[in-house]
Amino acid sequence: MRHIISVLLENETGALSRVSGLFSQRGFNIESLTVAETSDSSLSRMTIFSTGNDRVIEQIVKQLNKLIEVVKVSDLTSQDHVERELMLVKVCPTNKDELEIKQLVDIFSCKIVDVTEKTYTIEISGKTKKINAFLNALNSAIIMEVSRTGVTGISRGKKAILK
Amino acid sequence: MKLNGAQILINSLQSEGVEYIFGFPGGAVLHICDALEAQNDITNVLVRHEQGAAHAADGYARASGKPGVVLVTSGPGITNAVTGIATAHMDSIPMVVISGQVPSPLIGMDAFQEVDATGITRSCVKHNFLVRDINEIANTVKKAFHIATTGRPGPVVVDIPKDKTIEQITPKSYPEEVEMRSYKPTVKASNRQIKKTAELILNSKRPIIYSGGGCVIGNASNELREFTRMTGFPITQTLMGLGAYPGNDELSLGMLGMHGTYESNMAMYGADCVIAIGARFDDRITGSLDKFCPNAKFIHVDIDPSQISKNVVADIPIVGQVNQVLEVLNKELKDKKFQDISKWWSQINKWREMDSLAYKKKPGVIKPQTVIETLYEVTKGKAIVTSDVGQHQMWAAQYYMFDEPRRWINSGGLGTMGFGLPAAMGAKLAMPGKDVACITSEGSIQMMTQELSTMLQYSTPVKIINLNNGYLGMVRQWQEFFYENRYAMSYMDALPDFIKLAESYGHMGILVEKEADLKPAMLEAFKQKERTVFVDIKTDPTENVFPMIPAGGAHCDMLLAGRDEMVSKDETDLNAV
Ligand SMILES: Cc1ncc(C[n+]2csc(CCOP(=O)(O)OP(=O)(O)O)c2C)c(N)n1
Ligand SMILES: [Mg+2]
Repeated sequence: MRHIISVLLENETGALSRVSGLFSQRGFNIESLTVAETSDSSLSRMTIFSTGNDRVIEQIVKQLNKLIEVVKVSDLTSQDHVERELMLVKVCPTNKDELEIKQLVDIFSCKIVDVTEKTYTIEISGKTKKINAFLNALNSAIIMEVSRTGVTGISRGKKAILK
Repeated sequence: MKLNGAQILINSLQSEGVEYIFGFPGGAVLHICDALEAQNDITNVLVRHEQGAAHAADGYARASGKPGVVLVTSGPGITNAVTGIATAHMDSIPMVVISGQVPSPLIGMDAFQEVDATGITRSCVKHNFLVRDINEIANTVKKAFHIATTGRPGPVVVDIPKDKTIEQITPKSYPEEVEMRSYKPTVKASNRQIKKTAELILNSKRPIIYSGGGCVIGNASNELREFTRMTGFPITQTLMGLGAYPGNDELSLGMLGMHGTYESNMAMYGADCVIAIGARFDDRITGSLDKFCPNAKFIHVDIDPSQISKNVVADIPIVGQVNQVLEVLNKELKDKKFQDISKWWSQINKWREMDSLAYKKKPGVIKPQTVIETLYEVTKGKAIVTSDVGQHQMWAAQYYMFDEPRRWINSGGLGTMGFGLPAAMGAKLAMPGKDVACITSEGSIQMMTQELSTMLQYSTPVKIINLNNGYLGMVRQWQEFFYENRYAMSYMDALPDFIKLAESYGHMGILVEKEADLKPAMLEAFKQKERTVFVDIKTDPTENVFPMIPAGGAHCDMLLAGRDEMVSKDETDLNAV
């Protein structure tokens, strides 16, 4: 089962390596991990996208909680939540691909954020599924490189990670 | 008044009430050594190897309940200490390790004697710090002790770059308290869980208490005794838990697991309710998880939530300090009516009749079991006993009936050969009035003999009981059972003359080659109150540890002494019990 786990932790050097080290040490899966400062600069928020059965996920949450610098852990998957991922993809279309790309950008409502003589850079955000679908729809022969942020998420409604 | 970082560090350690620092110097910690020398509250114990420092601090901590403190230099200093830190980590021992680091501007430059200390130790500490600002030294030490000693205890490394020990500031007074929003170790067990637990206990017909190291480290011995006696339930203890409940008591079934007694393992297998207290369902305890306690409901009390339902899913999890949980539970159960478990007891007593720790003496050879029994007799069961790792460790656990907590000091989790001797030194410093014995064998002892020198310098008279079987016995045993007697790498030729070795370090040595000399030798050794005595005992090289559950076996599949066949589950119909 896929799980999106939010971790609020002290914004200190070394904290990230503790989390990633924990996953490799205990053989837990990480599909993606994103981290950045929050509105409170002393705290970072990390979003970990992992897979595992309920017992594995329970252990992941408990082991994360055990890390001294971790303030709060929350499994978003078990609650109503919003999740997004952002991808930048650079393509070098031939003339005949150009129209198709513009159509795809329309259909997936994404943006072309940079154009050079030979290349386009497209930005797309949304659920992972949508991003995968967009990637599949592109002619793989013209993809030069892909950069994805990994999933980030937030709970819906009045609930917040610290409240 | 201005102080340098080293002085601030030492003042902080004084404020924490530190008595001993076990350490070894080097360039990165010279200012710290200097500051240590300038005061009298803390005694520095100069070991001969940093692993010895960590084990000695660990032994001190296990015997006293207070955190052990270590000082090592950067690079090889801290890497040498890693085995000792990992040993403490696996057994949840409170420890603070101060390591020197290269000066801040050199960090990351592959400087002389630089290693990434926080990186290397990250997975074997409870927490670690790299101090980046002299103003943070005192606060960091405060946090380190707080983290090491509260919740589930463990080692904490504080890595201090040399320049931070040289810089000077006018320090603030040492913080009295720490407040960490991300670390709140105190938890109180929920009332609802206590009620549910009591209900399950009151309804169980084949209960067993399975207690572990948490009852020793968590100082829950009194509460555990009250609980056990009030319920009248059988109790089995893990290797780490021995002594929390007296081993001689009639409710005690002895140790469980791979080398546990027949009655303990059979009772676990047959139980309908397992009450796990401060134990973590280690694989050496459970054997095959599929066949582990097939009929039981599990109550699991532990301070560390991540231990609960890690290996075995708990029916009733209780997170809390074991002594507090037991106290509340004892109140809840007081004057309640329990099930009649006399049938269960008569079944257990039948298992007991197997006498699974019986062994046959052979004329002309000293049985290792006899050595432990003699040690028990000579010390009247009152000594602090440390151990190394191997067969001798198991025999010590099986035949020395510990009746108090903090008397049995061994590396259970990591199984570190070399632990016993330095741990004995630390234990002796913690409890100078007590007899301390180190049970070891010729393989393990050679990993740390250099500490014999430290023991002379600091006058820590310990009795070394060397079960010299001439083999890495535990390895040899596995090779006999599972590798068709191919004894690869388990025999050491060219052993030293341990008597001369001890004497060359200024200690006394006694060689024992006949059983008749065993007791007199031990009496003589313990008469020597001021001296470390190395009693080198030639024991039967062919003896094996029984009972044994082969790795991955079930509790009902035990190899017993003197039988070729596996004793598999007996015919008892448990439902009739
Ligand atoms: C540092 C370390 N290395 C290897 C082992 C694996 N090991 C476990 S028991 C054992 C043999 C111990 O031999 P000895 O100390 O002579 O004890 P005996 O079994 O003979 O009583 C070995 C090698 C270990 N536990 N620790
Ligand atoms: Mg040996």
